[in-house]
Amino acid sequence: MIQTVKKGSKLSPTGGTKWLGILNPWLWIAPAVLCIVVFLFYPMLNTIWLSFFSNDSSRFVGLTNYAYIFTNGGMLEVLRNNLLWLVLATILTVFLGLVVAVLADRVRIESIIKAMIFVPMAISFVGASVIWRFIYDYKTSDQAQIGLLNGIMTLFHLQPQAWLIDPRFNNIALIIVYVWMWTGFCMVILSASLKGIPTELIEAAKMDGANDISIFFRITVPMISPTIAVVTTTMIINILKIFDVIYVMTGGDYQTNVVAVEYYQQLFNFNNFGIGSALAALLLLTILPIMYINIRQIRAQEVQR
Amino acid sequence: MSTIDPKPSSIVATKTARPSHGVAQIKERSSSVQSGILRGLSNSAVTIITVLIGLLWSVPTFGLFISSLRPASLIQSSGWWTAFTPPWQFTIDNYQQVIQAQGLGQAFLNSLIIAIPGTLLPTLVAAFAAYAFAWMKFPGRDWLFFGIVALLIIPIQITLAPVLSLFTALGITGSYLAVWLAHTAYGLPFAIYLLRNFFGSLPSDLFESAHIDGASHSRFFFNIVLPLSVPSLASLFIFQFMWVWNDLLVSLIFLGGSPQRAPLTLTIANLVNSYGSNYEVLTSAAFISMVLPLVIFFSLQRYFVRGILAGSVKG
Repeated sequence: MIQTVKKGSKLSPTGGTKWLGILNPWLWIAPAVLCIVVFLFYPMLNTIWLSFFSNDSSRFVGLTNYAYIFTNGGMLEVLRNNLLWLVLATILTVFLGLVVAVLADRVRIESIIKAMIFVPMAISFVGASVIWRFIYDYKTSDQAQIGLLNGIMTLFHLQPQAWLIDPRFNNIALIIVYVWMWTGFCMVILSASLKGIPTELIEAAKMDGANDISIFFRITVPMISPTIAVVTTTMIINILKIFDVIYVMTGGDYQTNVVAVEYYQQLFNFNNFGIGSALAALLLLTILPIMYINIRQIRAQEVQR
Repeated sequence: MSTIDPKPSSIVATKTARPSHGVAQIKERSSSVQSGILRGLSNSAVTIITVLIGLLWSVPTFGLFISSLRPASLIQSSGWWTAFTPPWQFTIDNYQQVIQAQGLGQAFLNSLIIAIPGTLLPTLVAAFAAYAFAWMKFPGRDWLFFGIVALLIIPIQITLAPVLSLFTALGITGSYLAVWLAHTAYGLPFAIYLLRNFFGSLPSDLFESAHIDGASHSRFFFNIVLPLSVPSLASLFIFQFMWVWNDLLVSLIFLGGSPQRAPLTLTIANLVNSYGSNYEVLTSAAFISMVLPLVIFFSLQRYFVRGILAGSVKG
């Protein structure tokens, strides 16, 4: 169809329209591309460039900064924490977001439930850190607890714990704060796409005696899988560069540091431009395989259309 | 293109459900009463589970709300849940203290001045680009899209120094324009990614019939694509608004300490610093800053309704 129309427009006497036709897509994307090149692309190149130089950017050092990151114990801990975040926080936010979207879809008070889950998204990180202090706060057992979690521990005659300081719990405690904030994001997008599933399809499956679990796995999930992919990719990206929660709540102390916070400290506290930039460049490298899978999926979608 | 496609697999799913038709019908007849009861039970179970999740999610915020209504001395000496046992000691002093503190009204206004263009601008720019990426063919399209989305990974901290020196060279550091531009650029990769996905899932018949009618790209975009994409535009608007509203870093760096233009987050952060880390100021101020994003969410929520695009949004 499009082919014939295009042939038609070629017949038009004005050569100008043809030229405009070639230029047209570029006009549509120009404002976006311009912004992105100036604010994101150029700083990125700058960072990659600096990662091959010494910490004061005066000498070319090749891959020395990268070698340092992969051999230094503190740096390896930072990478390990990022991996823990990546796996746990991504799975929890997407899974819980999907579960809540599906469950809420079936109850009469859907909008109220969704609002309850979404509220944390509206809170700034400073606000969230205050909120969670009233959950995680730690006082020694002879004092009255003002953190809810230790209040519950005391109720059951257990020792109160320093949730944000003890390396056994603190990474998980921080991940929970993040999951609390971002599940609403996943839920809203997944829910919007759930609404696009034709109700007849669900009805037909129910008539065939399919139960809720099999409807969920065999109809709901496959139908919205492109959106699940979008949400998962977005969360992976957000979590790879996780910064605020850790910066505000522990400052990266007590073995909770992650790449973006370490980067910030290397740059702004120690002026180590080389190591800092290498850390940022590593983040950039990790995203490439994810983007590759994603672009393949988009192309597949195209073919299907 | 040997990638597994979501759509065929969903067709497979419905097809595999079909053959069981006869068997299921017999089963259903024999236990229709029982399954009716079970269904009723499972529906109330779903409601109970959902409500429990919702309540669990609200506990932390509720704790903050209760704390913000307690006298300063009690906030730090006893758990907020003890406020429910007598003697009930609630007060609105914390709110009075914060509201009377200097410049909070102005800060609220400043936040609006920053957030409204900081939300509309990236949404519009991204919609144009996403449309081209979804519906136009041009060389390098996929790679360009790939590149833009890949830039999502850039932590904005790495861009602050180069962008700041650019703004200073242009002489716009400390102006709203600088903040608007920064928020637009930082919001674009996600916005383009999200909208491209939604636009791309519109049925191609729409596009073909519009083309036969001789509609230009701009007419198709404004008259068909945008109205059909209201839910996704609304979601994007909500997210972007919240990010801009709650942002501290961009304002901190690019407004360059001009207090007359400082948004709410910056003012609250300063309040916290000048009052020490006093919970009574922080709790009520945090609550005040939450109000507008929530109002926006609740008022736009109705766009997430069933059937705006029933059947045509594949994902």
